[in-house]
Amino acid sequence: MLKINKMMFVVVGCMLAGIAVGYLFRSRKIRLIHRLILTLIWMLLFLLGLEVGANETVVHQFGKLGFDAFLLAASGTLGSVFFAWFLWLVVRNKSVSK
Amino acid sequence: MKGSLIILSFFATGLLLGVFRWFPSCLLGHNVSFCVLCALMFSVGISIGNDPNSFRQFRSLNPRLIFLPLMTIAGTFMGVLVVSLFLKGRSLTDCLAVGSGFGYYSLSSILITQCKGAELGTIALLSNIMREVMTLLFAPWMVKYFGSLAPISAGGATTMDTTFPIIIRCSGKDFAIVSIYHGFIVDFTVPFLVTLLCSM
Repeated sequence: MLKINKMMFVVVGCMLAGIAVGYLFRSRKIRLIHRLILTLIWMLLFLLGLEVGANETVVHQFGKLGFDAFLLAASGTLGSVFFAWFLWLVVRNKSVSK
Repeated sequence: MKGSLIILSFFATGLLLGVFRWFPSCLLGHNVSFCVLCALMFSVGISIGNDPNSFRQFRSLNPRLIFLPLMTIAGTFMGVLVVSLFLKGRSLTDCLAVGSGFGYYSLSSILITQCKGAELGTIALLSNIMREVMTLLFAPWMVKYFGSLAPISAGGATTMDTTFPIIIRCSGKDFAIVSIYHGFIVDFTVPFLVTLLCSM
């Protein structure tokens, strides 16, 4: 538990440090950053694939994982749609954008 | 859509190589992916801090719509809470951690893999990709029955990039600023909410 918390502190810390660095250099556009982000995401998902593929228990229940994923996706989406509907009913009669 | 297909294909390639064990075993330790993850988070931070529009463009926002990201988060949690009662073997916090990816599948699945293992990480990846796809497919239907804010909430963290064009088409140009504001705020909360829920 403690280890997880420490690790996550490092992760969020990295992001905050990045925001500070990006803000310091805001006068010049760092163009390569979006390419870099995309490449890092590709690398990480490749590594996630490796880890999942090498884990036999996960491979065997892949269908069930997909089903659970679908239920969570559908419920989360529907829930937020209902809550947005509620806000919509409140603001509907006022002009929405300036 | 094309972007998610490329990302899925990287995952699928890794999956196949993993099943047949065609890779050097040193890649599997948590250290490699953790270092890449930190580099990613640092870069994400730079892209937020470096964009002068990040903080400026919200001035022309209708004050009532400031609460839309909150609605998205609360609504998602309510929906996931209900489903978690029926999912045996998954704790409420696990389900909420998956839900709080809000469609930001790359980051949430990576974070969840780091602290909860590859199984929940895979669920997070699939679930959040599905959320994005559902938004892309059902946006017109959502606007028709639940108002113009519905596809923005459904899109979660993706409403300033991948689902932005479809939202503009279905809800109208008036909702462009709300959509970007919403995507930015929800995007920003993903790493915090996911790590918080994982450590609970």
